[in-house]
Amino acid sequence: MQIEGVDKSKRQFLSSALTVVGTVGAGYLAVPFLAQMQPSVKAMAAGAPVDVDISKIEPGQLIRVEWRGKPVWILNRSEEVLETLRTLDDQLRDPLSNNSDQPNYAKNTVRAIKPEIFIAVGLCTHLGCSPTYRPEIAPHDLGEKWKGGFFCPCHGSWFDLAGRVFTGVPAPANLEVPPHRYVTDTHLIIGESASEASA
Amino acid sequence: MKPSRFTAVGNWILDRFPLTNLWNDHMAHYYAPKNLNFWYFFGSLALLVLVNQFLTGILLTMNYKPDATLAFDSVEYIMRDVNWGWLVRYMHSTGASAFFIVVYLHMFRGMLYGSFKQPRELIWIFGMFIFVALMAEAFMGYLLPWGQMSYWGAQVIISLFSAIPVIGDELALWIRGDYVVSDATLNRFFAFHVISVPLVLVLLVLLHLIALHESGSNNPDGIEIKEHEDENGFPVDGIPLHPYYTVKDIVGVGVFLLFFATVIFYMPEMGGYFLEHANFIPADPMKTPEHIAPVWYFTPFYAILRAIPDKFAGVVGMGGAIVVLFLLPWLDRSPVKSIRYRGGIYKKALLLFVISFLALGYLGTQPATPLATTFARIFTAIYFGFFLLMPLYTRWEKTKPLPERLTDHPSLEDRIPALLETFDEITHVVPVQTESGTATRRKLNPEGLARVLGRLAINLKKKFD
Amino acid sequence: MKNLILILLLTASTISLASEKLELDSADIDLSDNKSLERGAKHYVTYCLGCHSIQHIRYLRIALDLDIDEKKMLKDIAPEGAGIYDKLQTAMNAHDARKWFGIQPPDLSLIARSRGADWLYSYLKGFYTDSSKPLGVNNIIFPDVGMPNVLWQLQGEQKPVYKTVEGKPALEKLVLAEKGTLSEKEFDQTVNDLVNFLVYVGEPMQLERQKMGKFVIFFILMFLTIAYLLKKEYWKDIH
Repeated sequence: MQIEGVDKSKRQFLSSALTVVGTVGAGYLAVPFLAQMQPSVKAMAAGAPVDVDISKIEPGQLIRVEWRGKPVWILNRSEEVLETLRTLDDQLRDPLSNNSDQPNYAKNTVRAIKPEIFIAVGLCTHLGCSPTYRPEIAPHDLGEKWKGGFFCPCHGSWFDLAGRVFTGVPAPANLEVPPHRYVTDTHLIIGESASEASA
Repeated sequence: MKPSRFTAVGNWILDRFPLTNLWNDHMAHYYAPKNLNFWYFFGSLALLVLVNQFLTGILLTMNYKPDATLAFDSVEYIMRDVNWGWLVRYMHSTGASAFFIVVYLHMFRGMLYGSFKQPRELIWIFGMFIFVALMAEAFMGYLLPWGQMSYWGAQVIISLFSAIPVIGDELALWIRGDYVVSDATLNRFFAFHVISVPLVLVLLVLLHLIALHESGSNNPDGIEIKEHEDENGFPVDGIPLHPYYTVKDIVGVGVFLLFFATVIFYMPEMGGYFLEHANFIPADPMKTPEHIAPVWYFTPFYAILRAIPDKFAGVVGMGGAIVVLFLLPWLDRSPVKSIRYRGGIYKKALLLFVISFLALGYLGTQPATPLATTFARIFTAIYFGFFLLMPLYTRWEKTKPLPERLTDHPSLEDRIPALLETFDEITHVVPVQTESGTATRRKLNPEGLARVLGRLAINLKKKFD
Repeated sequence: MKNLILILLLTASTISLASEKLELDSADIDLSDNKSLERGAKHYVTYCLGCHSIQHIRYLRIALDLDIDEKKMLKDIAPEGAGIYDKLQTAMNAHDARKWFGIQPPDLSLIARSRGADWLYSYLKGFYTDSSKPLGVNNIIFPDVGMPNVLWQLQGEQKPVYKTVEGKPALEKLVLAEKGTLSEKEFDQTVNDLVNFLVYVGEPMQLERQKMGKFVIFFILMFLTIAYLLKKEYWKDIH
């Protein structure tokens, strides 16, 4: 074995080239390996838009439907509730929903296309528990200030009946409003915006 | 130069963990004989396939369901709905067959160059345990897709245990956990396939490597390089594993991947040998497929089982065919290791053994017609004859004198010019009339071919003496 | 000794030929022929889906792979009321199936992988009238088959011709006794489209796999070249 007369730079170059090609190859291999942990077509099929008939929801009633495995609330709000919602701005963290998740057509005070029908993903924006629906005014466990809303039992976050978060609680943002559209007045599709459907 | 933060972190670790020593002991200052040829690729390739099986296997368990009602569908779910699931599954199924190809060639290398002989008996024993664990792993893994072949293959193989006198039936029942292969069997095979046997395999591979690095690699000359050391105590005919054999093994990896990728992307079923056609039908405990055959890597042993016309004796024969491999270090009484210095008898015996192994493998895939059974018996006799007569013929035969130092042999790449020359000889350029005029084309030259074949025959004859 | 080996090898190779096999017609499989696959899908839904599901594929997947518009898929190919994410389920439930046929007709997701394209092609063309069978038909490839000839209106009626082999009658060939609505050539094309579709359904990623293979193998060759040069460079040290 002799070491003298070795073209070090050629070795260096070839070693680097092989390392680069090998790394790129490993990278290519990693793509399918990691991508296979993404939701499969089955999960995507389960995540397809959901049709809901809302003709039977009474004022004050909340129904839950499943969309992408998440609870989606559909709440029929009475005129008094909508009245209350207008008075809460100063107690809210994000009254105009500037830092919250919702389609543009739900970015208003009542966070809905039709004021009386409120649709939201029923998962707290803090750590993902599902808040409880508490429409009653000032129950004794929640105190005088409670005007009806959603209360998260896990870490005590408060939301109003438009899913807007109060100040002084852990949740950072308002409840998420999923994309949705009305086919007719009583036929609602969740998971699809009006613009997407026409496109 | 001021040490960078990076080196500082490195030093902090090296002060507390013997990484440098490990690297030097097993790579940079581990000396391997400098004449290892392509047969020595298969050890590192087996390790590569093991890693492949681990990675793809873990990914498959994320979507596979070990439940008799769901298993078959979950495999198709992986093949169709899971992103890249088909690639992962084909890598795993092709990897299983590749594992056996590589391991069989690795074992054959050992028989060529006497790698199992003193002082490497324990390496061979650990290796044989790896082989047995691998067979268990493959057998149990094959049940998981829950196709017809999975089901009936498992049914047949587990029934083999019932051939054992007295406890046989109870034992088979205990293995299945039911009166037939069922959900209970599938579930426990899944547990063994993904947890227990892989752990055992890793442990055995570790033992195999530790034992190997204690006595050092054998080589095609079958002489110990440690007998000639330089002033620093390093073998004169040895070269550091790293970088010389790492760069060489990477070439082997490249060639292997070429074959591996070709199978995965162009022939994942390998004509029904890697994925059997009947296994695309869900398991049906009411109906056995007309012709059942195990996957190709078990067929030599399966053929031995069928060749013996008695249930218990058949099982003993099949088991014996594996046990006898364990005994190889003590059956071989030759004073030399490598086939290069053995006499003609061992060479011919080894050739006969290889032919009988391949023939048994082929016969195991075919229906057991009377003619096929007769042949299977002849080859079974040759298989066992090779091992059981070994103490006699290896002691009798006259060996050639061993060289003092490693000898020079042309490597595969050195032979390329000679191969090109041969190609020139067996073909010649002839003018061919085409529509657009005269073109020249290479055609087979019968005279040249005859010459080359003649030479080859003489060479072969010389080699077998 | 060499002669002995040669004899052994030659005999071994003839063993496999010992079992006789029926000659199969070969199907013309072309998975890049989207038009044929689309016709096959349409035929499948019309003639087969009544009894045989393909529970491992969705209409969406077929639409994407064969480049068919989703709306067209639902309107022209999929049965009434099917959704784009639905799998190719049969309308017949397992209970009725057992009552009518004795067994549940098998799912055909993987039939092309277990039987092979040529078998399917020959089978679908191989029905003939046999009044001794409960369904009035038999099949040259699959004797005593429990499936009626759903394509008989297209194909017409085939009758068997027998010849005598060693004193016993043996089926020689089938002849068309009564014409169907399609000519022989059109019928072959229909069956071929159907089989082509079943081959596609057996492994929908086949084309994608082969396309990717070229890229992967090219990449490995590149890796191998550099690895080989590096090895040669280092092994210059060794004498």
